[in-house]
Amino acid sequence: MGEKFLNQFDPAATLESIENQFEMFQILNEEGKVVNEEAVPNLSDEELVELMSRMVYTRILDQRSISLNRQGRLGFYAPTAGQEASQLASHFALEKNDWILPGYRDVPQIVYHGLPLWKAFLFSRGHFVGNQIPEGVNVLPPQIIIGAQYVQAAGVALGIKKRGTADVAITYTGDGGSSQGDFYEGINFAGAFKAPAIFIVQNNQFAISTPRDVQTAAKTIAQKGIAAGIPSVLVDGMDPLAVYVATKDARDRAVRGEGPSLIETMCYRYGPHTMSGDDPTRYRTSDIDNEWAAKDPIVRFRIYLEGKGLWNEQKETEVIEQAKEEIKEAIKKADETPKQKVTDLISNMYEEKPFNLQEQYEIFEAKESK
Amino acid sequence: MAQMTMIQAITDALRCELRDDENVLVFGEDVGVNGGVFRATEGLQKEFGVDRVFDTPLAESGIGGLAVGLSLTGFRSVPEIQFFGFVYEVMDSISGQLARYRYRTGNTFNMPVTIRSPFGGGVHTPEMHSDSLEGLMAQQPGLKVVIPSTPYDAKGLLISSIRDNDPVIFLEHLKLYRSVKEEVPEESYTIPLGKADVKREGKDLSIFAYGLMVHESLKAAQELEKEGYSVEVVDLRTVQPLDIETIIASVEKTNRAIVVQEAQKQAGIAANVVAEITERAILSLEAPVLRVAAPDTIYPFPQAENIWLPNYKDILETAKKVLTF
Repeated sequence: MGEKFLNQFDPAATLESIENQFEMFQILNEEGKVVNEEAVPNLSDEELVELMSRMVYTRILDQRSISLNRQGRLGFYAPTAGQEASQLASHFALEKNDWILPGYRDVPQIVYHGLPLWKAFLFSRGHFVGNQIPEGVNVLPPQIIIGAQYVQAAGVALGIKKRGTADVAITYTGDGGSSQGDFYEGINFAGAFKAPAIFIVQNNQFAISTPRDVQTAAKTIAQKGIAAGIPSVLVDGMDPLAVYVATKDARDRAVRGEGPSLIETMCYRYGPHTMSGDDPTRYRTSDIDNEWAAKDPIVRFRIYLEGKGLWNEQKETEVIEQAKEEIKEAIKKADETPKQKVTDLISNMYEEKPFNLQEQYEIFEAKESK
Repeated sequence: MAQMTMIQAITDALRCELRDDENVLVFGEDVGVNGGVFRATEGLQKEFGVDRVFDTPLAESGIGGLAVGLSLTGFRSVPEIQFFGFVYEVMDSISGQLARYRYRTGNTFNMPVTIRSPFGGGVHTPEMHSDSLEGLMAQQPGLKVVIPSTPYDAKGLLISSIRDNDPVIFLEHLKLYRSVKEEVPEESYTIPLGKADVKREGKDLSIFAYGLMVHESLKAAQELEKEGYSVEVVDLRTVQPLDIETIIASVEKTNRAIVVQEAQKQAGIAANVVAEITERAILSLEAPVLRVAAPDTIYPFPQAENIWLPNYKDILETAKKVLTF
């Protein structure tokens, strides 16, 4: 009996055949060579330069943020180096009115979507003004609870669908986040409602110290979308062109009313999980570090653009100098922001203060006026 | 005016708000074609369409996440959690997310969400269907917690909750859904949140209660009247924030008080009411403020339910202790 069943329906073979279909989508290889001519996106020279500039800028922002953190001038910070293509090329496929629901490492995307850099610094320092989003900028503050942004993205996308606008909601988590219940609930809800959402899993190989193969028996994270009935793709997350194309395709389909997509970007964080005491040498070898450093997104994009005559050392220096200058200005502006008060926090709890907060407001107003 | 049960009054409130505000959405498990497992949303999908009243996949955290996301796009969500015992599945969406967005974003984003959910014991449900978990919710800054005891209050409080610009947990006692009927206006009306209601005036003792325990307290008050005691029964209606003014005024009048809750005695709403009274009115008291509550076990198996749940006899006993102190 068992044999007949296996001849007709072999569950293990079914799984294997699905898993094997998730090949990694790549356009630009590690040497900066186009390996998939047909898939090269139709980006103008200016757009290509802009994307490169953003990646270089973000690498500098990461370096400065780390050193500011070490000087005690920034607070909570999750390093981004290595993930520039995954973060900025996916963002590059978005439009102004799209919503971003970031994880805590996804500060570059919300800055490029309109959150002033000095506010991002204030978020890092733990000042609520950093989370006061300017009107018309459709981003949320970085989410701390792993995966919570996934169910909320389904909600924003459903709202967009009900409003009938041509926008999408995009959200980011990591390989660890893809184990959360909210990950499954989010992609499943968005799928069931055919809502215009893009779910990105930045698979940077380690959830703090836990390697990707401890997270799941699934060969790829991308294949998890299949169970929710949503299109899914595995992308080389160190390749800006591939990330851009996959995200743009997901966005186009979402806006056409074809529902959500899941994108797994294979990438790596060069630095620690956060600047709060994580030591990657406890769980990663220098061999793995070197293997991924050779895939660097900026290196390969630089070669590609230099080959097209669109980039050179001078251009890169200009971007680096501009980044340093703007970071200095932003820190200055963050420094100038008045200290937050407990009375501010009390006022931000409800539209109107209930009796207990009114009483406590008066107590703290007296304390803070001393 | 029509006679309505509490469940009818709730449906009526939802109908009024769906009709009067195009941004109001009602969703949850089985709330569409089925009209909810208790029929709270009966006929609403037919009347307002599947775009405004809709079923969700079966996942409470997802339902909470939808409410957050829909708020960001300008909607006013009224999700149903099928039984409040399932709230643990949606604790992050409620306490970690909904309750915090106004605060987290320094007033940039607010969450006008009313989570409706049945709770309460005495109807022989399976496990996790009857727990009184309002104390958990009341401990979360950023939420309001509303518990009506009558059909009239249910309609007015639910409309106020939906119109509130902050998240409200609206808990409906299972045993009150169909056991009480009273006149309820057909037009829309509101009852302010955070306002208690003196359901019966008295001058010898104040009983503070909410939900089903209001009715048990009224029954106890009637018995005590036969014995010559004049007992005031105050229905808290909103358990977070409390209506301190009404509570303290009542204690200052009667000088004696007990607090009744169906939930376990440990922590919880009753303890909070006692603390507020002792902080603010200790010199008015002629006796300690005592509590009537369930024992500190997990909610009981149905066969022990009737002994475990507080009732008017327990209230009578405790009331007499305080009256004769």
